[in-house]
Amino acid sequence: MRNRPRLYVSYASEMALLPTWTQKIAALVFLVILVLIPFGVIPGLGFLADNDWLKILSRVSIFAIGALGLHILSGLAGQVSLGHAFFVGIGAYTAAILGGEVGKGTWGLGLPIWIWLPAAGIVAALIGALIAPTAVRVRGIYLAIVTLGLVFVGEWLFRSLPFITGGAQAGRKFPTFEFRFWQEEVPFLDFTSDGPWFGIQMTSEAKTYILLLVFAIITVIVAKNIQRTRVGRAFMSIRDRDIAAEVMGVADTKHKVMAFALSSALAGVTGALMGAFVGRLVPEGFSLFLSIQFVAALLIGGIGTVTGTLLGATFVLVLPRVVQDLTGLLASTAQTGTGWTAAVANFFVSTAEGDPGIVSTLPGTSPGLNVAQFNLLLYGLLLIAFLIFEPLGLYGIWIRIRNYWKSWPFTY
Amino acid sequence: MMPAILVFAEAGGQEAIDKFANATSSGIALGAIYALLALGLVLIYKATQVLNFAHGALAALGAFFAAYLATVLNFPGRYATFLPLTMQWLLSALVAVLITALVGLVLERLAIRPMIGEPLFSVVMITIALDIVIRTITDDFIGNNPRPLGDPWGADVFNVGPAIIAKSEVATLIVTLICLIGIALFFRSRYGVAMRATAFDQEAAMAQGISAGRIFALAWAIGAGLAATAGIFSSLFPRSSIGVSNTTAFFAFRALPAIVIGGLDSITGAVVGGFIVGLAESYAGAYLVGDTWSFLGLGFAGVMPYIVMLVVLIVRPYGLFGTEEIRRV
Repeated sequence: MRNRPRLYVSYASEMALLPTWTQKIAALVFLVILVLIPFGVIPGLGFLADNDWLKILSRVSIFAIGALGLHILSGLAGQVSLGHAFFVGIGAYTAAILGGEVGKGTWGLGLPIWIWLPAAGIVAALIGALIAPTAVRVRGIYLAIVTLGLVFVGEWLFRSLPFITGGAQAGRKFPTFEFRFWQEEVPFLDFTSDGPWFGIQMTSEAKTYILLLVFAIITVIVAKNIQRTRVGRAFMSIRDRDIAAEVMGVADTKHKVMAFALSSALAGVTGALMGAFVGRLVPEGFSLFLSIQFVAALLIGGIGTVTGTLLGATFVLVLPRVVQDLTGLLASTAQTGTGWTAAVANFFVSTAEGDPGIVSTLPGTSPGLNVAQFNLLLYGLLLIAFLIFEPLGLYGIWIRIRNYWKSWPFTY
Repeated sequence: MMPAILVFAEAGGQEAIDKFANATSSGIALGAIYALLALGLVLIYKATQVLNFAHGALAALGAFFAAYLATVLNFPGRYATFLPLTMQWLLSALVAVLITALVGLVLERLAIRPMIGEPLFSVVMITIALDIVIRTITDDFIGNNPRPLGDPWGADVFNVGPAIIAKSEVATLIVTLICLIGIALFFRSRYGVAMRATAFDQEAAMAQGISAGRIFALAWAIGAGLAATAGIFSSLFPRSSIGVSNTTAFFAFRALPAIVIGGLDSITGAVVGGFIVGLAESYAGAYLVGDTWSFLGLGFAGVMPYIVMLVVLIVRPYGLFGTEEIRRV
């Protein structure tokens, strides 16, 4: 540490992405850990190299891009939106039309990734900019309902365009992660099959994880940088008090439309990546619940901060897996364990017909919630708990921990 | 209305008149349910400035209670066998509404009261989270199969001129009218005046000795009760032939356009908006089908409310009867 970390001698150093050496080192270490995860060489985190976990982490990367989009709209510009899923859908189907297989029941032009991925963002941004002038006429809770309506209209739209979306319940195939220059037989970078990559043997899951991580990191840098630009400051002034911002010469409508377009662009990219990652999506996937997940990520993580958004995105997607593992653990404890642990586990899970318990591991029996329902319940309860007890979210908890250790062992 | 009937009459004769009359009557019955839902939403919004996204879940919960009380427990009918069956069922429904109102009280106390003064986004989100929680629990209560409500009307219909009207639709309309009159009378009562005062200016109301907390709780209890009433009647024959199911909760989301059309803080607006949305949905379901409209795909009637809402909002950003927000720097 060369000088006092919080002593800024220039505006540039205060506005730097990582203003202190501690942050620079921490970010680097974190980055290295993220890159090394699929190789399973990090002690304690080896289990993350498992293909299931890599898939979850890849989903986190995809989801984080969309969440950062909503962060720009809601966290920076302060516009409540429940319509994020609609733009995710627009992006996904743009990618599907441009990159999908030629000559199938659904439209597809078979173009390479470097066309369909940016196009997904651009088309979503254009549609966002098209809708925004209407949306920004209404404010606050009215905007929440209008954007909610957008999701329902979008869901119907996707259902009734079977030549693009494959139709209700059926869905369609999406392009895969393959880098080709144009339409060569063999792609020069392939993420869909196992095999050596620069001399290292890697599974397709590991390759995809690295690719999506790169996309997510680029988005993080973009989102961080937007806060430091003139446009980002305009967003924040509109969020804090829009009339005051207007009086000071910030063009209100223009910046709200820009925020909509930017956030839709990132949502579109998320949709394209999601389609390519999952391979097949049904139109019902772009429902209100997807929007709620994005909002939940923002609020659980801590609204208005990039770090918080990333934490929230991770939390929202990892939680179901943790609950699933926990239920499995409880079920096995209840069946094979002894002593008080088995009794406690038996109280929570019901493993046989007629056995009372909060969670049932049997498919579709009462009493007891099934694992998916329990997941949903816990999700809702956690959301309520966070909103009531920790309005700043995970980021708020982190701030408290940091402030405690900053002056440790003194209290202040 | 008359010219429209004439046009249809010229185009298709008796058949067209029948179609129009049926669409109108079912639209009015549907509108009554939307009006009930909208009434509860607006009441809660006026009193507490919270838009309750959990309204649909409360409606489904109320309908489940009614189904359980009427068909499984036969409460309070088993103690009142001397009453006619219709009365017994109505009593079960009333008890279900009261239980749901109690749930509303608890929700307000546990989740909404701590959120007073928090930003809009957080309050919206907490009601959505409540929706997830209540809906999950209700789904589990309901189980895999829909539960019939055991209502005395069943699929009985009768004819009024060209229109075929279900008895349950008449019941819906009557109950809606009773609720409307009840709410109107309530606003003239002691607590109603206190609620209006709190909605108008919370601090001034508190200075007059009105307990804002009690008013909030009351608004949520009444709102939840209205939601349950709407839930019960939306699970009856013409709307749902199978009773209360996992999709009942989503029905209430279509009442959101109704309150936006009417204006979020207007009781009159809620009722007018409810009927506009009901009629629009019914007409869309009757006329925008067939080969000519096949490009609209399935379920267009379901999104019709949102399209009407968008059109109204473009013309009037605060709805038809809503008060325009005066903004200061």
